Amino acid sequence: MFDLPVLSLMTFLPLVGVLFIVSVRSTDEEVMARNAKNTALFTSLFTTALGVYLAMQFDPADAGFQFVERMEWFPSLGISYYMGVDGISLFFVLLSAFLVPICILASWHSIKTRVKEFMIAFLILESLMIGTFCALDMFLFYVFFEAVLIPMFIIIGVWGGARRVYSAYKFFLYTLLGSVLMLVAMLVLYAQVGTSEIPVLMENPVVRDLQIWLWLAVFASFAVKMPMWPVHTWLPDAHVEAPTAGSVILAGVLLKMGGYGFLRFSLPMFPEASEFFAPMVFWLSVVAIIYTSLVALVQEDIKKLIAYSSVAHMGYVTLGIFTATTQGIEGGIFQMISHGLISGALFLSVGVIYDRLHTREIGRYGGIVKNMPKYATVFMILMLGSVGLPGTSGFVGEFLTLVGIYQVDTLVTLFAATGLIVGAPYMLYLYRRVVFGKQVNDDAAKMSDLNLRELSLFIPLVAMVIYFGFFPGYILDRINPSVDRLISTYESGLQKGEMRRAALLEAAQVKPAAGLDTQAVGTVPAFAPVHTDDAMDGGDLPMPIINYNE
Amino acid sequence: MILDSLAPLYAELSLAVFAMLLLVYGVLQKGQVARKVSYGALVALITAGMFLYAEPKEHVSLLNGMFIHDGFAVFVKSLILLGTGAAVMLSIKYMYEEGFARFEYAVLMLLAALGMMLMVSAGNLLGLYMGLELQSLSLYVLASIRRDSIKSAEAGMKYFVLGALSSGMLLFGISLIYGFTGSIDFAQIASVVSENGASNLGLTFGMVFVLAALAFKISAVPFHMWTPDVYEGAPTSVTAFFAMVPKLAAVALIIRLLMGPFETLTDQWQQIIWFIAAASILWGGFAGIAQTNMKRMLAYSSIANIGFALIGLVCANDEGVGAALVYMALYMVMTAGAFGVVMYLRRDGLSAERIEDLAGLSQSHRYLAYIMAFFMFSMSGIPPMAGFFGKLVILKAAVASGFYMLAVIGVIGSVVACFYYLRVIKVMFFDGLELSLDKVPSTSRQIVVTICALIVLFFVVKPEPFINMAMQAAQMIS
Repeated sequence: MFDLPVLSLMTFLPLVGVLFIVSVRSTDEEVMARNAKNTALFTSLFTTALGVYLAMQFDPADAGFQFVERMEWFPSLGISYYMGVDGISLFFVLLSAFLVPICILASWHSIKTRVKEFMIAFLILESLMIGTFCALDMFLFYVFFEAVLIPMFIIIGVWGGARRVYSAYKFFLYTLLGSVLMLVAMLVLYAQVGTSEIPVLMENPVVRDLQIWLWLAVFASFAVKMPMWPVHTWLPDAHVEAPTAGSVILAGVLLKMGGYGFLRFSLPMFPEASEFFAPMVFWLSVVAIIYTSLVALVQEDIKKLIAYSSVAHMGYVTLGIFTATTQGIEGGIFQMISHGLISGALFLSVGVIYDRLHTREIGRYGGIVKNMPKYATVFMILMLGSVGLPGTSGFVGEFLTLVGIYQVDTLVTLFAATGLIVGAPYMLYLYRRVVFGKQVNDDAAKMSDLNLRELSLFIPLVAMVIYFGFFPGYILDRINPSVDRLISTYESGLQKGEMRRAALLEAAQVKPAAGLDTQAVGTVPAFAPVHTDDAMDGGDLPMPIINYNE
Repeated sequence: MILDSLAPLYAELSLAVFAMLLLVYGVLQKGQVARKVSYGALVALITAGMFLYAEPKEHVSLLNGMFIHDGFAVFVKSLILLGTGAAVMLSIKYMYEEGFARFEYAVLMLLAALGMMLMVSAGNLLGLYMGLELQSLSLYVLASIRRDSIKSAEAGMKYFVLGALSSGMLLFGISLIYGFTGSIDFAQIASVVSENGASNLGLTFGMVFVLAALAFKISAVPFHMWTPDVYEGAPTSVTAFFAMVPKLAAVALIIRLLMGPFETLTDQWQQIIWFIAAASILWGGFAGIAQTNMKRMLAYSSIANIGFALIGLVCANDEGVGAALVYMALYMVMTAGAFGVVMYLRRDGLSAERIEDLAGLSQSHRYLAYIMAFFMFSMSGIPPMAGFFGKLVILKAAVASGFYMLAVIGVIGSVVACFYYLRVIKVMFFDGLELSLDKVPSTSRQIVVTICALIVLFFVVKPEPFINMAMQAAQMIS
């Protein structure tokens, strides 16, 4: 049906741009920089155009994976190059393709050193991000997911602020530690089920005790990426030190990999463990929402404040996802997309004033509504979107999430809804201090308003924030079938577990062995009982059939 | 014809003949012939490789079982030849720069390679010992080849004294094994061991002594102490050779011993290797953080990497052994590249070895900085670099055999080690340029470094064929 390998094209087109940038050589730095910028912009715009094509060709009624591509890559290990999108991943792919040209345009003048390298890093980053959301083989996913660290490390470390080295290290090592544990979990899963294809793994959940361990390992990776409280501390540092474009991508796309991972791995592959750990996730999320909102209130650094607000907003996402209700999950996904647009745009607007005054300190601004009216308008819409005002996309996500969580746990809802209230003041307070008030700083009063290039960055973002606030249907219609499918997978996984336990219980009743059920339900038991004894010689493990002799 | 029956030995024989001819040539010629001898050594390695591949990969036993020829040996030997070739090419320019351009240098490398090839093919304990000593003696001399440098002499001395100690342990272990089994032949030892090996305490002792001696050769914790000092003191080209080839050969030898005669004692040695692997990974990771010298840092990196390769051996099955081979081969590529880059670093005619000396390399030597970054990310195991696939196959083998704990220790150790690999990148890319380094062109070095970089970068495109080759080699061991 679809002849064009859209996903591969979108993934690897940026690399073609890289190749082009590398191959053009000139002695004049100026010429090289200009060439790099133009090539990067052109390539990423072309990728965005492909994204539009993808969105148009996407069949909203189909809950399964579309645009599937499959090639042999590593047949002896059963790993293939397997790509596809469904309603859940579609919008993340689009978000990545949409934000990158904006980032490149935003760095047009603010990046002055090593322009060529910056553009290369960004194009590689785009390629890897799109690949992450398209991969349907878990090892392929891991390759993309982990490789993202390389360009991001370089972007923070080379073009970042004063403490860039510390932040780059913290970002890299924090996320790496989580990811490698996930790699081990993936290998265990592979050894148990014998395939690395995500769709197959979703249909074949492993036994409950193993699920719990694997869930924790996967959680270590995605919770750091998300980031959830208390492993969020890398995010403020990374955001503060990263260049504007880096912050936009970090907030806009990289954080979403965590939520996407929960949706792709945790929920469908480990349903029983997800159910078991859901209360823990709820409370961690609630703490994140309330605590980081309060922390954001006292920040003096604009970027840090927005970074903390990201942690709070991501709290709603985890909350929604683990309710495993239609509204909750759709709310979570919508919240991620909306946050990608809003916080991306917020970091851009910080970038705008940072470019003029070279400080992120809130106290250095004030009263800029007088000299920057256009900026004040844009910033206000984004600020209100972040607060979750009805009519902006921020409202839809938070509201749906709360509807979802209300069906599961009313007490958590109480706290989460309180979070909506504590979430408002810090943004309003920020806006008051930066935009309103007396013009105490002369240099801030002399800043020029948005120019055409900057305006052209904000218009599409602001338009989308408002459009999706009034018409969330475009997104919700497309994610709905896939979310329903996800929930039915989740529930059938729970049922399978139930049946497995019932069978175990029956077997236990035949032989007089009491307490098996309580052990399975109540406590976190040791590793899968099938092979607790022979962990050293691995005798009973069902090993996948691998033929190395081909 | 007696010569025909020796066909599987042609590779080794040709290497020995070449080494002696080159030695004679070097002695008879007047003036500097180090470069010519190095080219001769390359020819010798290529010839040996051709002989190696002319022979079918079937299992053949020669010289009353002292020499075994099989697919495993062919695979490892081809890696040894490639590695030695790379080391010779890396050295050609460097030995003139550092002033140790002597014709013996390449000859010693050939002899070391010969020793390693004999080790890999050892069919009895005597063959094992002879091969091991031939390579060790050559390596001692290589470590101290820069006679006028105190550091180099110290490295050679230290290596020799500790190496002699380990040889003593090896001999003691061999004598115990001989005493309790009545044979030095691997096949006969295997049959005795499988009958009543597990209950035989003396035999286990012998095996442990042999293992300890070999752990010294691969610089696994707790027998690693010599490594940083020798790596730092020896000329960089020699260090590169040390890190690449002898370790591969020694790992292959350990594999041959443990998967061959001592296969039935798996329960006994598995826990030893388990501990050595875990300790090497963790110690190599943590101790490397404190290093400021590039070569010392790479020494700790090699300790950690050996630990990783040993994870494959812990599994005690074909998959694990194959994974260890893949890992060692990829590690060889990365090390060759990384040391190749280090050799480029010279300031005012002297070699610059501190990590800080790399500061601002991305501005002054863009090409070098980029490929060094590839090697460092690859050693950290970040996809899509080749190093990731090495770690992937090792971890997969470990998990498939149920060694979850070891896999977790492995990945945590690799995150710790990542810290110092990242520091190299940080210094090259994030720090400003202070003192510029010399520009020293060298064609042969450039070739090696570029090929390694290409392998590291593009292994991801088609990892299958090489990994299959290694897995097949692993299946042919017994």
